[in-house]
Amino acid sequence: MVAPLSSQLINLFAALLLLIAFAMLSQRRVLSLINLYALQGLVLALSTATVAYSTHQEHLYYSAGLTLFLKVLLLPWILHRLIRRLNIKWDVETLINIPTTMLLGIVLVIMAFNVALPISQMAGTFTRATLGIATASVLLSFLMMITRRKAVPQVIGFLSMENGLFFAATSATYGMPMVVELGIALDVLVGTVILGIFFFQIREAFDSLELRHLERLRED
Amino acid sequence: MSIALFQPIDIVLIIIAFWLTLGLLSPFSHRSVGPVTRWVMPASALASGALLAAGLFALAQPPETAILPLGLPGLPFHLRLDPLSAFFLVLEGGSSFGISLYSAGYFQQMKPRQLGILSLEYHLFLASMALIFLADDAYLFMVAWELMALSSYFLVTTDHEVGEIRAAGYLYLLIAHIGALGILLCFGVLHGTHGDYTFDSMRAATQTPFWATVAFLLALFGFGAKAGMLPLHVWLPEAHPAAPSPVSALMSGIMLKTAIYGLLRVTFDLLHIQIWWWGALTLGLGLLSALFGVLFAAVQTDMKRLLAYSSIENIGIILVGVGLTILFHAYDMGLLAALALAATLYHALNHAFFKGLLFLGTGSVLHATGERNLGRLGGLIHRMPWVAVLSLVGVLAMAGLPPLNGFVSEWLMLQAFLLTPSVPHAYLNMMVPIAAGALVLASATAAYVLVKFYGIVFLGQPREPRLEHAHDAGWWERAGLAWLALGCILLGLFPVFVIIALDNVTQSLVAQGLAASASAHGWFFLTPVSPARASYSPVFFLGVVLLVVVLTFLAVRRFYHGRLRRDAPWDCGFPAQNARMQDTAEGFGQPIRQIFEPAFKMTRQLPSAFDEHPHYAVSVADRFWYALYAPIARLAERISGLIGLIQHGRIHLYLLYSFGTLLLLLFFVR
Repeated sequence: MVAPLSSQLINLFAALLLLIAFAMLSQRRVLSLINLYALQGLVLALSTATVAYSTHQEHLYYSAGLTLFLKVLLLPWILHRLIRRLNIKWDVETLINIPTTMLLGIVLVIMAFNVALPISQMAGTFTRATLGIATASVLLSFLMMITRRKAVPQVIGFLSMENGLFFAATSATYGMPMVVELGIALDVLVGTVILGIFFFQIREAFDSLELRHLERLRED
Repeated sequence: MSIALFQPIDIVLIIIAFWLTLGLLSPFSHRSVGPVTRWVMPASALASGALLAAGLFALAQPPETAILPLGLPGLPFHLRLDPLSAFFLVLEGGSSFGISLYSAGYFQQMKPRQLGILSLEYHLFLASMALIFLADDAYLFMVAWELMALSSYFLVTTDHEVGEIRAAGYLYLLIAHIGALGILLCFGVLHGTHGDYTFDSMRAATQTPFWATVAFLLALFGFGAKAGMLPLHVWLPEAHPAAPSPVSALMSGIMLKTAIYGLLRVTFDLLHIQIWWWGALTLGLGLLSALFGVLFAAVQTDMKRLLAYSSIENIGIILVGVGLTILFHAYDMGLLAALALAATLYHALNHAFFKGLLFLGTGSVLHATGERNLGRLGGLIHRMPWVAVLSLVGVLAMAGLPPLNGFVSEWLMLQAFLLTPSVPHAYLNMMVPIAAGALVLASATAAYVLVKFYGIVFLGQPREPRLEHAHDAGWWERAGLAWLALGCILLGLFPVFVIIALDNVTQSLVAQGLAASASAHGWFFLTPVSPARASYSPVFFLGVVLLVVVLTFLAVRRFYHGRLRRDAPWDCGFPAQNARMQDTAEGFGQPIRQIFEPAFKMTRQLPSAFDEHPHYAVSVADRFWYALYAPIARLAERISGLIGLIQHGRIHLYLLYSFGTLLLLLFFVR
């Protein structure tokens, strides 16, 4: 049996999302990382719009528009400006080397699919098969946050984790209530702005954005 | 019937909005204090007056409701103005009118920027208290409650440069939040699992006795923390002295009453059953608070701390009334429940007036002398006659002397006690006379405390040379003090009108009014239950007092003056009486310290007989602090120490913690 076109499209987008998550995990350059984040947002917006079109859920169009504006345009722009102002030229440093990270990522994906299986069987949506991918991309973003040494990639990891959550919500229940979604979108925006300010403060205090310097702040 | 265009509830809402506007405008005057002291504070006082009028009008009206389309989407604010709310609005309006007038003069020496912020918090505080009285759902109630706690926290820490004041503010905020938690849980229990968080659906719900008890105990805990009930009182003697005097007056006079309001609202309005031992518990805690408060007030040497402890005492008396009301209501003794409730509310109103008056009086003394320590004051009646005379009214009222207002409410309370033997419970019948005795002990000691307070501050000779330059309060301050003093006198002279006004409140809470029996002999005589049992006529009493004074004065003039007068040639060992010969605050409190020694944790420093420069010091500490609070604080510290073990300062490890938790949870969900 051939699945309807919209369903195939959703699966394609889900696969792209996972691919981008892996790409982010292996990416060494900050600038490309931001571009990948924007791309992820674009895929997310497209998939949300597809779900909206095929299920006639009006409010998902707004979500898609919001995602497009916020995650493809506004946040990447803020981040671009930020790294220009911070004058970050260096490559991304990792705690664990990249091949090992990728292997860990594969383990996480397998686990995510196993974990998501019972939930996706409960969900009544036609997009339920993608729940595993959504969980996997959340976990992969988390892994990225853990393994990166500098502050900016960590923030991008945080933002892309939110993308994964959003995708999970769309695929499990056709999206969250509009109020919640607006709230989260605002949180992400405010979070980015605040973290941006923190970057400047951290650099001013330590002359670098390496998080290892923050360890000194611990009170003994 | 309504006032042409507006219902009282609309007027109250307009007043709240007006206060908020005044508050938001004040920080803009950061160049000079003029705009705030000359315009904002008097305007605010006018709004208080309007609130008083609207509240008085609403007292006689059936309840009204309104819905404000604010708050979260789908969760608007519900408002309701019923006689109980109206009474507390009257309390707030009447007391804050005087306090705001006073503030117009008091804050003139403040820094403009600081005053702008203070005025913002001041008006937020006033508005949030009015909103608490209007709230008809748990949501708005908690929002207003927290707004009140936070704005008053910032008011308390106005002088945040001083470390002790920051510590006092922190303690206050901590206990306020623990109490708020209790209230929140109480609303959760009342809500059960059905309906929404409006008070209407809580009224409609029926609770099993067990859950009703849980709700009541949570309410008693939560509101008790705000009221300063034992053993949750520790914040009160710290926070009241830390705040500027008008703020102390607001906090003691009005804010503590919001807790009483909440307790009454939950117990008699939202819960549909009352169990007798709730009343006994409240009564016991109230008595303990009253005795504790007054004993500690007797040994204080700081004016404002003394008044703060006396607030604990008065809250104790009010809680005793609440307890009696629950007791009578649980046994279905309507008239007595109405009597106890009327006495409770009456005392709450009186306390707002006389305590406000005294806090403002200490504020004037503080301004004029820069001194809060009783040991360095004295003789101010000659330098500050206005403040002295007006404070005297407050002192007499609080000491419970007729014909002022404090006497009426305490007398009514005792009447309620004396009628308790009709309660069908043997043990209670035996305990009640003891409780009544304890209440009388507390009131009598309160009178002692006030003699100390007034005598040491205003009478005798100045204990410091610079007190010679003390100046009297300005006109705004005099007006504020005079308004509150007038309130004390009027509430004392015309109790029958107050009881009649309270009729609707008692009707709505305990389904019984007192107006018919109280005014059986007209407005001249107050006859709480029946003319045969007891009656009291303050006007008559005042007449007799005045007559005796005038006759004595004339007799002394007639017979004593003009006779041969003799003077002792050697002054009998008093060639010159100086300030150091007077009784000190410590000396005056000494008998109380001696008699009730086990109640205090005292450390004395006695000089040895051979000391060239003898120095005597005594400090009295609260046993509750060491027995209850210090162990909790130590435990919290130890637990935090354990948690500190997993704190490494490496952000990656922290992320790993949450990552591990997430994976674990995911496996559990399977």
